[in-house]
Amino acid sequence: MTINVADGLTAAAAPPVVRSRSGRAVRPAVWLSGLFLLLVLAWAVIPTTFTSGTPFDTDIDAAVHAPSLQHWFGTDASGRDIYTRVVFGARSSLLIGVGATALALVTAIVFGFAAGLGGRFTDGLISRFLEVLLALPGLLLALVFIAVLGPGVSTDIVAVALGSAAGYAWMVRGQVIAVKDSGYVSAATALGHKRSRIIVRHVFPNAMRPLVVLATMGVGQSIVWSSSLSFLGLGVAPPAPEWGAMLDAGRDFVSTAWWLELFPGLAIVGCTLSVTVLGRHLQRRLEGRLT
Amino acid sequence: MTARRVVSRLAGVVGVLWGAATLTFAVEQLMPTDPAQTILGGAGAKPTPEQLVAVRAQYGFDKPVIVQYFDYLGGLLRGDLGTSYVRKQPVSDIIGQQLGSTLTLTIVALIASWLIAVAVTLLTAHRSRGLAALGSGLETLLAALPQYWLGIVLLVVFAFTLHWLPVVGDGGPEGLVLPTLTLALPLAGFLGQVTRDEFSSAMEQPFAVSARARGMSDLGVRWRHALRHAVLPGLTLSGWALGSLFSTAVIVEAVFVRPGLGRVLVDAVKSQDMPVVVGVTLFVAAVYVLANLLVNLAFGRIDPRLRSTTR
Repeated sequence: MTINVADGLTAAAAPPVVRSRSGRAVRPAVWLSGLFLLLVLAWAVIPTTFTSGTPFDTDIDAAVHAPSLQHWFGTDASGRDIYTRVVFGARSSLLIGVGATALALVTAIVFGFAAGLGGRFTDGLISRFLEVLLALPGLLLALVFIAVLGPGVSTDIVAVALGSAAGYAWMVRGQVIAVKDSGYVSAATALGHKRSRIIVRHVFPNAMRPLVVLATMGVGQSIVWSSSLSFLGLGVAPPAPEWGAMLDAGRDFVSTAWWLELFPGLAIVGCTLSVTVLGRHLQRRLEGRLT
Repeated sequence: MTARRVVSRLAGVVGVLWGAATLTFAVEQLMPTDPAQTILGGAGAKPTPEQLVAVRAQYGFDKPVIVQYFDYLGGLLRGDLGTSYVRKQPVSDIIGQQLGSTLTLTIVALIASWLIAVAVTLLTAHRSRGLAALGSGLETLLAALPQYWLGIVLLVVFAFTLHWLPVVGDGGPEGLVLPTLTLALPLAGFLGQVTRDEFSSAMEQPFAVSARARGMSDLGVRWRHALRHAVLPGLTLSGWALGSLFSTAVIVEAVFVRPGLGRVLVDAVKSQDMPVVVGVTLFVAAVYVLANLLVNLAFGRIDPRLRSTTR
């Protein structure tokens, strides 16, 4: 779903998530999620071990065939094997998802730390700037950016990163300020440690910890956004195998060939769901360590 | 809530919108393509140099950037968002024509997602472990669904296979059902996750226990006491949810081939029609910021504890 996790958390000043459910019930879900993500990662790195064909092999005689033993996920209008295309599509989806999240996080860390550690003026300036960015819903910000530079993979990564960076930066700033004012930082200052050492040893690792969870869930978010952009015809262009673009291409046959929509969609949902489950699991683990 | 607080909040809103207008103006200046070319028919057209000069003069592109900036801000103050490069129509007229359809969709979706989230919470939160896990699993699944795919799945199931609902709406309420569900279900999953946690902790509060001890039914405690606490933090999200619905409406309108702001925006992005892109974006930002302001102001009315501290 196209909701920025960071937007949600910052807009709501979300209540601390307290979970009393037992961890045992969740474990199979965590395992399954991890396995699925490993599979997708393997698809992305070594797609040729999972399928013998290439995503561009056309076979007009086998156009729009339903799933069979020969074509597990069926074929599309040009007779291309959907399973092969889903496998090869993992690479661009993961690349954009992870790339955009990483770019957003790096930007957020730079701005968040500058605001949190800087003086009143720097903090005020960056905070106002972030407020302006947060007033523009993330997907719209991405669309504005694409309108200016034109669609493409690298534009996509930057656009998706831009759309989510402000929310992360706001979180980082809050974390940095909270850690900076904490007792152990005061203690370190009182012990006469250098400011740079305190920042590297104490502020950075402690401010980053909650971000691990956000970053994990953020990857799912970025995958959904970038595939949404491809679906709208503003991202990865056909005939390249990309899940969102495959869904867009299959729309013309949606009343007759359901497999064109089902399998790429399941791949995306599987990724977002797995990433959410893993993110939650991490969150619980980290909370357990803190309390 | 004093008048002074309202005024200072409003000033903040104006400041944020001014910042957003400035930012979009700055981004527009970075554009590598020549807007005069877009106005004269896009990349394929071959206008004469005289035509380009004439268009630049007509749209004011030949003026210094700072003059263009103040012209643009002055226009915004008068409610003038500029003229579309492609449709040659005022952007505010285009927004006016398309707003109704998108607004209906988003507001109905917001209400629907609250109804779904509250129903799932009332039925499954703080119940037996199996039921609670089912409810929270459902919410996680809903929240993870990308709208474009959910929309297609709903279309295939309810329109093409079961023939219960029309594929393309004719403006009637039946045509609104699937787009609304497509927008509402993922948001409901998200809101439900927020309300569920609050609901569980409210059910363990002394007031819930004492209400049960007074002989109130379990459903009564849920409905009269716990729900109120559970819904509050979610309600503060409503302003944000409205903004997010406006931006995801872009995708839903594309899936269901519905007219609306989203369709206009995607077409404008494809043809690099910047006044429309910027105009729609600023409009949505204004709705978003104002909705958040209203939610914040209203919040004190709903929660008596906040009222006493803000006065």
